[in-house]
Amino acid sequence: MSSPAQKFPSQFPIELEPRVPARGDPRSRVSPVSVGRRAHGISTATSKVGLTDICLSYRAQSGERLLALDHINLQVKTGEFLCVVGPSGCGKSTLLHLIAGLHQQTSGQILVDGRPVEGPGTDRILIFQEHGLFPWLTVGENVEFGMKMKGMPKAERQEKTRHYLRLVHLAKFEKSYIHQLSGGMRQRVAIARALATEPDVLLMDEPFAALDAQTRDLLHDELERIWNETGRTIIFVTHNVREAVRLGDRVVLLTFRPGRVKSEFPIQLPRPRHLEDPAVAGTAREILDELRDEINRSLEAEYNDGVKPHIDPEVEEGVSA
Amino acid sequence: MKRAARYIIFYSALFGLWTLLAELKIWPPYLFPTPWGVAESLYAGFQDHTYWIAIRVSMQRVLIGYGISVVLGMILGLGVASNKFLEETMGGLLVSLQSLPSICWWPLALLWFGLNQNAILFVVVMGSLLSVTLAMEDGRKQMPKIFGQAGRNLGASGFKLFWYVLLPASLPFIVSGLKQGWAFAWRSLITAEMLYLSLGLGQVLMMGRDLNDMSAVIAVMLLIIAIGYVVDGVVFKGMERHLQNKWGLTPAS
Repeated sequence: MSSPAQKFPSQFPIELEPRVPARGDPRSRVSPVSVGRRAHGISTATSKVGLTDICLSYRAQSGERLLALDHINLQVKTGEFLCVVGPSGCGKSTLLHLIAGLHQQTSGQILVDGRPVEGPGTDRILIFQEHGLFPWLTVGENVEFGMKMKGMPKAERQEKTRHYLRLVHLAKFEKSYIHQLSGGMRQRVAIARALATEPDVLLMDEPFAALDAQTRDLLHDELERIWNETGRTIIFVTHNVREAVRLGDRVVLLTFRPGRVKSEFPIQLPRPRHLEDPAVAGTAREILDELRDEINRSLEAEYNDGVKPHIDPEVEEGVSA
Repeated sequence: MKRAARYIIFYSALFGLWTLLAELKIWPPYLFPTPWGVAESLYAGFQDHTYWIAIRVSMQRVLIGYGISVVLGMILGLGVASNKFLEETMGGLLVSLQSLPSICWWPLALLWFGLNQNAILFVVVMGSLLSVTLAMEDGRKQMPKIFGQAGRNLGASGFKLFWYVLLPASLPFIVSGLKQGWAFAWRSLITAEMLYLSLGLGQVLMMGRDLNDMSAVIAVMLLIIAIGYVVDGVVFKGMERHLQNKWGLTPAS
């Protein structure tokens, strides 16, 4: 499953990747291999985010301990757009929460820039499926929030807020409240709010799942453009394989309960891509074939239990005053 | 228009009934005063500044007492909501204490603080603290988890997380509790003021009784109702409307 390079992470960075890597490699056939396209055996040296043997277990209501994530090993390179797909209940959202530092893994290590994750930090911003914007603040104040927490002076904050709102084409809505916006606009505000804290890593948890098809297409284009312009590392979780192929440099497939890395697919189709591209559809079908077993297992479990698999590690999120 | 008409009809009927009963003189005027008598008392009370002073003193007390309740109640409620041990132990105590009328604390308050304003404030705090605490606890639990997570994710922690995220996020869920706390504070205050020479509205009410002046008693009762109503209708309704506008909750009207 994992390459020798991943098993023995190099201690010394040999070379640094450029912040914005070259995009649009020539298309080539896709085959499930475990290492991405730019990893020539030294992959861990340039890892932005490194997950080593991540396990997460939690106590179910019945009292028994259930394993949600099972020895996840993943290396994400600087500037890479990584998509994680899997059936619902595979723990892919939980994985993002772990990287964000909102929850704690049971065992294993998460490194960001070589440093272990110990709680939330503004170098990794999570974009939630239900956007998580603050309804008591205006659009502008929402975007400002992270910078305000950092203690940035007001003038600078407002300057940046306007910049990021322009980036997501919402400059006119600075004074609006969240409930006055459409679903797609809200997700764009969430992206602007995340970018405004200038994180190195954007963690996106099925951000477009609740949107209609047209809005989603548009946001795919915008996200790709913003990624190109800002050079961020993006880890994007979705259950939509075609979306993953449309966006990702690499697609990682997780198994159903417990979540394990089943296979990885480097996507080398030229950008910009479209959801309807035959090449995108074809690649998606290959991945779907692999995924089908897992989906069936997840559906089976749903029918048998009569309960939707729901992974919620019991972690207190109270005030740490 | 229709609503205004209904109001006018109802209140003029009530007023007419009162006048009729008073004019029939079934009971002597010192037991059952006429509306004019009450109006005269009101006028006289404001004229010689008794009512102004009483209102000022009472409002000051209720603001201090209620303010203490809100601050303490928020801390307590947040503590109970985010700590399992506190929730299991203190949660039940808080609920059972709420069945105790706040004036029951008066004898203890007298012993602890002496016959002065602090004893009154203590009764006011005890009257409203529990509602605020329970409201805060409930609000903290009802508040969607995602706000806390998003706040921490964006770099808020400790007091900043409470002040900029948890408190505003739970406001729509605690505003009715805050309102209830206010009502309890107001009632506790008037009760406590009636028990001792305090200059407040409660004492002015008792003064009416001592002078056998029922017009004055009813005049003060009307004042107490009016102040309670105005605070409820202006301050809390305004707050609710403001929250509805921001959050986009459907307004009641």
